[in-house]
Amino acid sequence: MTNLDYVRSHFPILDQEVNEHPLVYLDSAATSQKPKSVIEALEGYYNRYNSNVHRGVHTLGSHATDGYEGAREKVKNFINASSIKETIFMRGTTTALNTVAYSYARTNLSEGDEIVLTLMEHHSNIIPWQQAAKATGATLKYLPLQEDGTISLDDVREMVTEKTKIVAMAHVSNVLGTINPIKEVAQIAHENDAVIVVDGAQSVPHMSVDVQDLDVDFYAFSAHKMCGPTGVGVLYGKQSLLEEMEPVEFGGEMIDFVELYDSTWKELPWKFEGGTPIIAGAIGLGAAIDYLNEIGMEQIEKHEHELVQYALEQMNTIDGITIYGPNERAGLVTFNLDDVHPHDLATALDSLGVAVRAGHHCAQPLMKHLQVAATARASFYMYNNKQDVDVFVDGLKKAKEYFGDVF
Amino acid sequence: MSFNNLDTLYRQVIMDHYKNPRNRGQLEGDHITVELNNPTCGDRIDLQLKVENGVVKDAKFEGEGCSISMSSASMMTQVIIDKPIEDALKMSEMFSDIMLGKEMEGYEFDIESLGDIQALQGVSKFPARIKCATLAWKAMEQGVEKDDKQG
Repeated sequence: MTNLDYVRSHFPILDQEVNEHPLVYLDSAATSQKPKSVIEALEGYYNRYNSNVHRGVHTLGSHATDGYEGAREKVKNFINASSIKETIFMRGTTTALNTVAYSYARTNLSEGDEIVLTLMEHHSNIIPWQQAAKATGATLKYLPLQEDGTISLDDVREMVTEKTKIVAMAHVSNVLGTINPIKEVAQIAHENDAVIVVDGAQSVPHMSVDVQDLDVDFYAFSAHKMCGPTGVGVLYGKQSLLEEMEPVEFGGEMIDFVELYDSTWKELPWKFEGGTPIIAGAIGLGAAIDYLNEIGMEQIEKHEHELVQYALEQMNTIDGITIYGPNERAGLVTFNLDDVHPHDLATALDSLGVAVRAGHHCAQPLMKHLQVAATARASFYMYNNKQDVDVFVDGLKKAKEYFGDVF
Repeated sequence: MSFNNLDTLYRQVIMDHYKNPRNRGQLEGDHITVELNNPTCGDRIDLQLKVENGVVKDAKFEGEGCSISMSSASMMTQVIIDKPIEDALKMSEMFSDIMLGKEMEGYEFDIESLGDIQALQGVSKFPARIKCATLAWKAMEQGVEKDDKQG
């Protein structure tokens, strides 16, 4: 990316030492760092116009409402939804997926129906469907993975049938980095009158996503992985589907009229936003979207692609390394080093200031499929540079030597 | 060497237990089994205890995990075999306090009685790894409880 130093200067957290080494943050797939503009947007809200939305007659109340609804407009444009009615603020991807599993799946599924998932899903795109299947008598089916960690469209065509009511999958795998062919899968799902639900937690932060072009029915993502604050995310849903769905949470904010024994709901999107909404979070997400647009999603995607290809190249020079997932991938690498347990490796890297993730990455079925108990993962974002990769790869070599020596 | 600070964590004796675990395997005959995992990281231990008249007669473990969790399990089995349950539990409490970096005062056993386990003291400086070290001990505590219930 041109002017990477300029980008890095926007992230105050990067300018520090950890364990007496400059911080090399390679855990953005878990949560991304936040640029100054996002931190300032949150501060600005709390310092100058903190107030509840939609109900106050006073000036601060209308500023807060403008901020909150303005953020929704930004989200709508960012993913190219056709209306703000289709963009609902929620706590995060997990809540968004659970909402679809509760409200849509439990009403529309019955015994004999099938939900098709893939083996690479994050727990948050497995368990809600397990629960929905138990509640309705529907059956779960898992698309197999090919050798390189991708799915095959032939398998999709075979497994998705008229019995299928829901196809749920990640756009990008948080472990393998696989980019799934969502547009093609959506088409197959629709040919069979099924809906497609996409976990976009690892895609929206890193690539342009156009929900209309993909023709997805539901799409979920989290702000904190895309430079925004924690505690807020988005459920996109096609208006026609959302109109038919019942809210999951009932209370203030989401009602139209309340009688003693019955009530009616507000129109979309507010009927799904019971209680005082995530005002500061949404405003922070709006600022994050402004920031991503300023850098440019295509730039970000290109930069991460270059970086991950460089990382793969460097990592492949290390004897005894196993890298999981396809070569053509999003900006993350999950791997294992012979004779060094990933936790030990993560501790060794941490002592060099390098932050990586170790564990099962909330994807136990995938770990089982890969026949490993745990793996290490390095994930990149727009603020990482080649030097980060070099320090990381050098750390891997040192760790290999260290643990080789002590054995 | 840039990893000097790691030596406080990865002592030679820990690595020895990791590479050559003691009491790894399956117990024959009557015994208690506890399977415990650390859901955040995927470490798993399968601990088997043979308890007779309130004394741990034998202990073995199987499992998967990092050097800290597996060496801790190996060292623990070594020290609890032939100990009354009561003593094993006291040691567990002491070990947990060591991990939390508490002052070592007022214990029935001195630290030397923990044998090789002393080498794990350095873990207290790595908060993210404390759960690895205590996994086997937690399994032992659950196993002893099971024995209690079974009478």
